[in-house]
Amino acid sequence: MTDIARAPAARPRLGRIRMGVIGPILALVVLMAIGASMNENFLSWNNMTNVLARSAFIGIIAVGMTFVITAGGLDLSVGSMAAFVAGLMILVMNLALPSMGVGLPVVMLGVGVALLAGLVAGLLNGIFVTALRIEPFIVTLGSMGIYRSLVTWLADGGTLSLDFGLRTFYQPVYYGGIFGISWPIIVFAIVVIIGEIIMRGTAFGRHCAAVGSNEQVARYSSVRVGRVRLMTYAALGLLVGIAVVMYVPRLGSASSATGVLWELEAIAAVIIGGTFLKGGFGRVWGTVLGVLILSMIGNILNLTDFVSPYLNGAIQGAIIILAVVLQRESKAGH
Amino acid sequence: MSGAAVLSLRQVSRSFGPIEVLHGVDIALSPGRVHALIGENGAGKSTTMKIMAGYQPPSSGEVLLDGAVTTFATPGEAEARGISMIHQEFNLAEPLSVEQNIFLGRELKRGPFLDKRAMRAKTRELLERLECRVSPDRLVSTLSNSDKQMVEIAKALLRETRVLIMDEPTAVLTSAETAILLRQVRALRQAGTAVLFTSHKLNEVAEIADDLTIMRDGAVVWSGPAAEMDEHAMATAMVGREMSDLFPPKDGRPGEVALELRGLTVPGFSRDVSLTLRRGEILGIAGLIGSGRTETFEGLCGLRPATGEVRVNGQPVRISEPWQAQAMGLCYLTEDRKTRGLLLAKGMRENLTLQALRQFSRGLIDTRAEEAALDEAIREFDIRGSRAALVGNLSGGNQQKLLFAKTMLADPRILIIDEPTRGIDIGTKQQMYGFIRRLAAEGRAIVVISSEMQEVIGLADSILVMRHGRVTGELSGAEATEDAIVRLAMGVAPTTAGTAA
Repeated sequence: MTDIARAPAARPRLGRIRMGVIGPILALVVLMAIGASMNENFLSWNNMTNVLARSAFIGIIAVGMTFVITAGGLDLSVGSMAAFVAGLMILVMNLALPSMGVGLPVVMLGVGVALLAGLVAGLLNGIFVTALRIEPFIVTLGSMGIYRSLVTWLADGGTLSLDFGLRTFYQPVYYGGIFGISWPIIVFAIVVIIGEIIMRGTAFGRHCAAVGSNEQVARYSSVRVGRVRLMTYAALGLLVGIAVVMYVPRLGSASSATGVLWELEAIAAVIIGGTFLKGGFGRVWGTVLGVLILSMIGNILNLTDFVSPYLNGAIQGAIIILAVVLQRESKAGH
Repeated sequence: MSGAAVLSLRQVSRSFGPIEVLHGVDIALSPGRVHALIGENGAGKSTTMKIMAGYQPPSSGEVLLDGAVTTFATPGEAEARGISMIHQEFNLAEPLSVEQNIFLGRELKRGPFLDKRAMRAKTRELLERLECRVSPDRLVSTLSNSDKQMVEIAKALLRETRVLIMDEPTAVLTSAETAILLRQVRALRQAGTAVLFTSHKLNEVAEIADDLTIMRDGAVVWSGPAAEMDEHAMATAMVGREMSDLFPPKDGRPGEVALELRGLTVPGFSRDVSLTLRRGEILGIAGLIGSGRTETFEGLCGLRPATGEVRVNGQPVRISEPWQAQAMGLCYLTEDRKTRGLLLAKGMRENLTLQALRQFSRGLIDTRAEEAALDEAIREFDIRGSRAALVGNLSGGNQQKLLFAKTMLADPRILIIDEPTRGIDIGTKQQMYGFIRRLAAEGRAIVVISSEMQEVIGLADSILVMRHGRVTGELSGAEATEDAIVRLAMGVAPTTAGTAA
């Protein structure tokens, strides 16, 4: 079968790539047109920056997810991990507050804890996948349950709230910004640019695609397969930490409901963006389009009363399935 | 001739995009005759076969079945009309049993249930006809390549095939297995089946073919009764020039010891392998498929767990990962270019530089340097094919050259080459032998693992023969004969005086 699918030469492939490039852009344009026709406020500066700022958390995580999936892996634990890291960060900051007082040092401590916890959590996933050779689906399904349960336990079934004074001090990280662009958007943009450069321009990005494309070939080509995989999970964990640092000042709390279904949204964004679910090919800018498409759908549901916003998750679920079907069709049909 | 033909092509051309790969091909298969299609890699043999079996439509020209113009919408349609094709890469479901594979998609039923007894009986009968002694219950994944080939043929027999098309059926078979296959081909011929096959082994062609078509660069250059051509004439027609000596002269001057193995053991595959390899030397490793040759050297290069003493340039080393081996200048070039050697879904450039990417990367990858390296590789190794094409679309010979170029970018001082010419044509083979000898002349130490005895004898300065995971003898100079190798490889008779040392 593969022999037949492979046979036609260069031209159909170029056609496929072009379609793959145009598809997500087209979807985004159509969505914007729909949004604009349904609500005149949709294209307003305020609404657009709001959409962007809200999508920044998922977006930052989805960039990391792009690398994991490109290298042939998967991480279902990012939503729970975010909730756990947020809970841990709030807990540590509240504990340190009496001795350190409200100010930059205690926030820096919190940021350090979030980044470190994210990195360690990602490394743990990666070690189980690479050193112990367990399916990433199983490892991260397990850690998803573990982190979700840990945050519930930390909050004792309720909500962990950041001290009020500290929250006021920390809030500008979400609500503030420069030139009217809020910090989450700026951080998201920086992460995207760095991610795009690493994916397209560096040996690491090339190695990710090689490992995801055919692990044996990569191994026989002296690529350090285990290390590449491990690093994708570690990077994703670190990015979860960064997302949490931007997220905590928004609500100032964490509970068992924090970050629910973020993994769905992040994986959906990656696949919609044209990264192959089975690995071997990934593009960060596509993931950005995927994130924007998903948040615009959510935003349109919120602004219009056409469909209940409660059905947002259902629509995202349907879109990820559709995206994979389309991806397979375009691969089989060339 | 076309009057009696069961399946034929008339003036068939085929283009992929702007590139025409077949130009007005005429070929006719007659019932009860074996037709051989030969040519260099990329000559258009596979495409011709695929058009005949309905896998691809012709861009222009006609396919005729029993003299009537036909189009096959799918391979299934061609199969329903009695045309079966066996691909070079088998089309079998590995996790299923032999019986399940043979009846896949056409299971016999009794009411709503599978009629397992009838299917088993029929499977037995088919396998018996093919002198294949595997149980219908065996999983295909546990079968040897020759048995898989037999299962494919059994599948075709079940479908009451009038035309059987085989793409290089003997490429992965040992000579004993080939003999069985050829016997089956004769039996099919006797039964009136039209058989078309490709092979790079011209002696087989001379032995069995009734009709012969020779292709070069997408066109038929010679067609007629096989008896009119001898092997030398075939090779000349394929390559389009007079073939000189296949092997380069052995003018190596071995230098100091580059690699020493003492008691290398790869659990489950090889035991206690010791050898000494010098710079400038080509050491051949002979033995049957399954004798542990590949596994031994994969173990050496950190691709499998292994124990034993390894010295590189006199220094004892530990290698547990391939990248460690490469850091010591030791590379293994795999026999399996499609699943271990190359990323088929990527382009030439990404494949070429994968093994030595660090050379091209100072933070960011220098794509211009990569392109320059690709230019160089295309020139040096004579790789043909579009630069924009996916590597999976290249012909076997060009893939092999690319794999070679890729490994050489890592600049190994010790190079292990496993089956350097499997499935590639004679012209490319000659080129590969030239490359390998040149690498040795540059002072590299080279191991060549090969199942083709002529290749080992023609290329190597000395030969180690393996059997059941052990080295059973070393041969060099005049004592390196096919006869001596076979004896050591099979362990049949006591070795003669000269070979025991």
